[in-house]
Amino acid sequence: MSLRAKCAIAGLGQTRMGKNFDHPGPIGFAAEAVNLALDDAGLNRADLDGLLVNPGITWFNNPMASTALQNAMGIRDLRLTATMNLGGATAAAMVMHAAQAIDAGMAEVVACVFADAPLRPPSPDKRDGAGSAASYGFAQGLNAHYGLFGVNAQYAFVAQRHMYRYGTTNDHLGAVAVSERDWANLNPVAQFYDTPMSLADYHASRWVVEPFHLYDCCLVSNGGLAVIVTSAERAKTLKRPPVYVLGMGQGHPGGDPLETLVSGAPIARETAFKMAGIKLGDVNFCELYDCYTFTVLVTLEDYGFCKKGEGGPFVASGAIGPGGSLPVNTGGGQLSSFYMWGMTPVAEAIVQMRGDGGRRQVPRHEIGLVSGNGGILATHSTLVLGSQA
Amino acid sequence: MPEISKPIPAITPEMREFFDGARAGRLMVQKCDSCGTLRFPAHDLCSKCNSTASRWVPVSGRGEVFSFNIMHQLYHPGFASEVPYAVVVVELEEGCKFVSNLLGVKPHDIRCGMQVEVTFEKLSDEVSIPKFRLRAAK
Repeated sequence: MSLRAKCAIAGLGQTRMGKNFDHPGPIGFAAEAVNLALDDAGLNRADLDGLLVNPGITWFNNPMASTALQNAMGIRDLRLTATMNLGGATAAAMVMHAAQAIDAGMAEVVACVFADAPLRPPSPDKRDGAGSAASYGFAQGLNAHYGLFGVNAQYAFVAQRHMYRYGTTNDHLGAVAVSERDWANLNPVAQFYDTPMSLADYHASRWVVEPFHLYDCCLVSNGGLAVIVTSAERAKTLKRPPVYVLGMGQGHPGGDPLETLVSGAPIARETAFKMAGIKLGDVNFCELYDCYTFTVLVTLEDYGFCKKGEGGPFVASGAIGPGGSLPVNTGGGQLSSFYMWGMTPVAEAIVQMRGDGGRRQVPRHEIGLVSGNGGILATHSTLVLGSQA
Repeated sequence: MPEISKPIPAITPEMREFFDGARAGRLMVQKCDSCGTLRFPAHDLCSKCNSTASRWVPVSGRGEVFSFNIMHQLYHPGFASEVPYAVVVVELEEGCKFVSNLLGVKPHDIRCGMQVEVTFEKLSDEVSIPKFRLRAAK
């Protein structure tokens, strides 16, 4: 049986983002986000019977993070919990798991939460690299000797190969960065609000790891983001307009992304679009996982918005920015608003669906396409959301 | 000021034969006993046929640059005098890929498709490390 519009997102809770030191660790951010989301929906903790958690890098080592959060918040008698990890594909995958469990009668009101706190307050004593992306620089063995540190470097290999094979350029990658910055300048809660950036600014920004400039790479943020998933019937009785889950799909291609240069989007799209009963042309706007500019370009290709290898010219045409034919990452994305792994695109889709986008509101918002992506193009999740059932 | 060396990899049991080979100037990869597929670094099973039986075999050490990056951030003090430096992915003639460094080519002169061959850098009596250098086209 199709799960089309059986469930809806009824609450959105978002803490302050960025250099936010309101809590000493990620659990405080997670709890604040869940309480904000419950309040947004007009529910309270006693209504929750499901809690799904994607711990960020600062509590990644807690294999039972959802239980830790449950106990920290004093939540009783859950019927569903899980600590989930598909990397950046987890947020949308949590919504899927929640919807399936609700449809199966296993739970009724499920909170899905991401939180992280990798940034530390500035220290008067030393500049130790805290407050940077240092947490992501892990390497060992031969890779450490060769100097291959961190996820940026791995993605750079894939982007470089895409450039070699398809002629993609830094102008193309920069077009994604500039488009998202243009959106961020319409979003008062974006970390790069009121900070315009031209393509020349992009090229002038320092290299992190070629072919990636600083502005090809996502932000690092402290904060928490939670959504409340419930049945469509229940959602209609709550405070805010329901955002219906029309389609869901995942795709995990395996193999070597350097060879294929393809994400899991083609596989996930097939499942999600069939469930939702939509075609590509029905999509009004996209919120795509953007750990890098490159990831957006590849995901647009893989969904079929342009031919494989033509993502560069497609984004350089201006299609994805404000006023373009296909608005993408309308809050500024993880490059220019904040980095909450896959929760950033999920949250912005909800804002747009509800018509809460203010100056960045897209004119048509009946159907929104949301993607998550984890590992090096290893995991992918797709949600098709609708403002009408 | 004493120079801080780059991290020296530990010789783990599953990689011992790789380091034995490198010390003797041979590039070794794992070969599946069942289907012959090559792999690197060491894995418990063959991703093609899932056999757990394997042995280490020498390969030509010839290949081409499949991709590369240029690292501008300093993650370890051992690289302080080298940033920006390049890391390359070499596709060996035999088909498996190897992350390494390319010697004798400035980072911004590196291109995908460059023909390369292995050379070894001795770090200690126990540890030698495969690196690559350009080779003349056939």
